[in-house]
Amino acid sequence: MIEVKDIHKTFGENKVLQGITASFKPGKNNLIIGGSGSGKTTLLKCIVGLHEPTQGDVLYDGHNFTDMHFTERVHIRKEIGMLFQNSALFDSMTVEQNIMFPLNLFTDQSKEEKLDRANFCLKRVNLEGKNKLYPSELSGGMKKRVGIARAISMQPKYLFVDEPNSGLDPLTSILIDELIAELTEEYNITTVVVTHDMNSVMGIGDHIIFLYNGQKWWEGTNHEIAHTDNKELNDFVFASKFMKAAREKL
Amino acid sequence: MWLSFRKPEKFKVYWAEVMREMVSQGIGSLGIIAIISVFIGAVATIQTAFQLVSDLVPRSVVGGITRDSTILEFSPTISALVLAGRIGSSIASQIGTMRVTEQIDALEIMGVNTPGYISGVSMVPLLVIISVLLGLGGGYLACAASNTVSTADYLSGLTDGFNTVIVTVCAVKALAFGFIITSICAYQGFYTSGGALEVGQAATRGVVYSCIMILFADLIISKVLL
Repeated sequence: MIEVKDIHKTFGENKVLQGITASFKPGKNNLIIGGSGSGKTTLLKCIVGLHEPTQGDVLYDGHNFTDMHFTERVHIRKEIGMLFQNSALFDSMTVEQNIMFPLNLFTDQSKEEKLDRANFCLKRVNLEGKNKLYPSELSGGMKKRVGIARAISMQPKYLFVDEPNSGLDPLTSILIDELIAELTEEYNITTVVVTHDMNSVMGIGDHIIFLYNGQKWWEGTNHEIAHTDNKELNDFVFASKFMKAAREKL
Repeated sequence: MWLSFRKPEKFKVYWAEVMREMVSQGIGSLGIIAIISVFIGAVATIQTAFQLVSDLVPRSVVGGITRDSTILEFSPTISALVLAGRIGSSIASQIGTMRVTEQIDALEIMGVNTPGYISGVSMVPLLVIISVLLGLGGGYLACAASNTVSTADYLSGLTDGFNTVIVTVCAVKALAFGFIITSICAYQGFYTSGGALEVGQAATRGVVYSCIMILFADLIISKVLL
């Protein structure tokens, strides 16, 4: 289980996170939602160690990640897979090399074993035969799927996903959401997704944390979100006419 | 920054990338270094000969002065200034782009330290060696093309009174300049934030700061070692 305790993060005078305490449920899709500038990506980066919290602790299965030295964190990082907003594939490497990179780094598998694993991951994200393509030759949706394949190549215990639907058409967004949900269930991964896409919220939100002005404002499931009387959450979730109409039908 | 010097857990993982960078930086810069070196060697020879035309001065002195100035100053310093533009801007913009497209974040998640210094620090000295040879060759061509100094006098001057300390100074400068270019430009790229505009600004800053530091280091090394 991942827990964050009283996380504060300040950039200069700007207090981005102000005392967030939350736990992310194992084997579930945990969504962090909120408007632009609410601190959701900063919280994610604090959890994975890309930002050091100004105050507070991040715990992985009870182990305090914040206090760990760089070399100690490697053990946790082996269990982490992450899909970035821009996919973050290495431009100089092919699809196959991108997926094999964590395996090269963390395992002593033979080249054949690593190739088998890369092919398995590519098959899992429906990109068989795309091994030798470079990221520049892929569409946005394909890049996301390769990013997911790279993230699951090490069979992670924790999967972090930052804005999986940004820049994608609605159909591809739904496919990516479904893929994330399937992988979470299939491999019993603790998944943390940062999003402001309402399709994702309603579709895969097993556990949702709503951030507002750097604070945890609401916590619940996608079923509970439709019936909440929290004003800020309602303003955020049901901002569009489509969502308002959908709520009335619920 | 100190983490960049930490020994990587599995160097073989990075070997292919290091080789790719070395080829890109080394082979990619060879053309411009060759052209500049030949012309600088030729011009240095012609101008030295012009200033030393006298019956009291042996013609071979031209070869000696060209050799010393090429090995001590022209090849390492001018090559480094050119390479700051060629390699430095490439390093800063490449790492800057990796930063703004979250590729550096992806590496950090995996516990990989970036950037590396190996390719820049090893390629600049190699290019300087080539520059020295081509610079001296350029001087020979200038002698062959003009009647001021014979090629025999020039070659004789190259070997007369050769002091090996100039090679040491040249090597130290080349290593120092390679480190300066790589570290300053990698730093500028690594701490880029924003988008394409900031990547361009980081590359410009990297080149400008590298050039200033190269000239400063040139002065210090010359003062200390000569």
